[in-house]
Amino acid sequence: MAELRLMKGNEAIAEAAIRAGADGYFGYPITPQSEVLEYFMAENATERTGMVVLQAESEVASIYMVYGAASTGKKIMTSSSSPGISLMQEGLSYLAGAELPCLVLNVVRGGPGLGDIQPSQGDYFQSVKGGGHGDYKLIVLAPSSVQEMSDFVPLAFDLAFKYRNPALILADGAIGQMMEKVDLFEPIPRKTEITEPWAVKGKQPGEPKRTITSLDLDPYGMEKHNEHLQAKYRAMEENDVRYEAIQCDDAEYIFVAYGVSARICQKAVQLAREKGIKAGLLRPITLFPFPKKQLAELADRVKGFLAVELSAGQMVEDVRLAVNGKVKVEHFGRMGGIVHSPFEVVAALESKIINV
Amino acid sequence: MTEEIIIAGFGGQGVLSMGKILAYSGIMQDMEVCWMPSYGPEMRGGTANVTVILSDERISSPILNEFDTAIILNQQSLDKFEHSVKPGGLLLFDNNGITRMPQRNDIQIYCVEAAAEASQLSMEKAFNMIVLGAYLKLKPIVELDNVIKGLEKSLPERHHHTIGTNRDAIVRGMEIVQQYQF
Repeated sequence: MAELRLMKGNEAIAEAAIRAGADGYFGYPITPQSEVLEYFMAENATERTGMVVLQAESEVASIYMVYGAASTGKKIMTSSSSPGISLMQEGLSYLAGAELPCLVLNVVRGGPGLGDIQPSQGDYFQSVKGGGHGDYKLIVLAPSSVQEMSDFVPLAFDLAFKYRNPALILADGAIGQMMEKVDLFEPIPRKTEITEPWAVKGKQPGEPKRTITSLDLDPYGMEKHNEHLQAKYRAMEENDVRYEAIQCDDAEYIFVAYGVSARICQKAVQLAREKGIKAGLLRPITLFPFPKKQLAELADRVKGFLAVELSAGQMVEDVRLAVNGKVKVEHFGRMGGIVHSPFEVVAALESKIINV
Repeated sequence: MTEEIIIAGFGGQGVLSMGKILAYSGIMQDMEVCWMPSYGPEMRGGTANVTVILSDERISSPILNEFDTAIILNQQSLDKFEHSVKPGGLLLFDNNGITRMPQRNDIQIYCVEAAAEASQLSMEKAFNMIVLGAYLKLKPIVELDNVIKGLEKSLPERHHHTIGTNRDAIVRGMEIVQQYQF
């Protein structure tokens, strides 16, 4: 039986991790996502499923605990907010290089630096362009409701294991802190047997040696490894783009927004249509892979796009690449933890796209 | 039907928990609900507010700049949110500590002397339930039975013995709310 509960986004994601059969969580508290660790402790996650829940001494320690535990083929997770995720970037590059699946949650707050603790989407570049060194990508999912904070946990684990790649759930302070009705999925039992042919779990006699590393001092070998990684990223772009199109069928103007901005834009679509403006919303659910093809198709039949993000304009660059000059693409967004209102968004559509 | 509400007052007045109980009541009635708090330093002693949305449809923005109803429990919140009520909307306030009264004449304004009543009945902790009762009298969007079920869901079990008191407080709020006379 499914179970309906009123939960914060941060609580829903922790409950979903327990239900998804996560084997380990390593994290360090930071607002606005401290409820994740608190929920694991309050819910006695270890007693419920046997999973390991540990408060590490820092974010750097958390991500390397994830690296070690993920090497054994288990379902491992960490979470933090912007400054803490910045500290994890080296580890994420190593995880991507060593091809280790794991789940990372970033509940984004205002930046740069220590910034503030209000909602922001200023970490888009870091998330989708590779915040650490080297040519790598994360699978990036952007929930825009508490329900999706729950639903995306098993999805992220599935994608991470499918591609042997870290998956990032990119939320924001609003999605983490707000409460909504959640339909919780049936618990999936933890895997007792590790079948991944790459996992290091103690070599048995007669078994070949397995090594988890991101190091290869032979540049020809390293180039080959990079080509293999790039082929994986192309496969993700081919097979795992997710998005939601809201009232796009007859739309003349399209908002492009994810996370809490997508929710605000849903209201903006409604307000714009009350004024006689045919607006629609294209909501990328995967930020990498990005719904380029869908945007390019829309560009053939609409008059303009407005990318709405809580940043100075980051995703708008990917929208422009996809639209490729066919029609006008502009950006609107507030920064530093201020959240745009639906009215402001409609006004921006009028001033930046329609009445130009 | 969609009802967009802002509840605002001091931290410690039960603003967030009142919103949570209202949201849970909505779930008990098969509605879509959203509860968006102010979080951070303002919660620790300053003003606290929460947006609650109840709807028969999928809820869009959790961040709003105008509301069908504002439930106001201190002067700062009245100053901040009186102008955010939609024309024809509802402003419900407790006049305890209010020195500058509401001014608008294009909205419905009601007053509930909840702080005074809670103190008189020695049920200070149920103050927010008196306010909730007043609201439900004016906008009966959720049934009392579902509010009680919502209370059962949102209160930890060790506080379930207070549900009777909370119910009495809600009913009292329904009795004492009155239209504000300029």
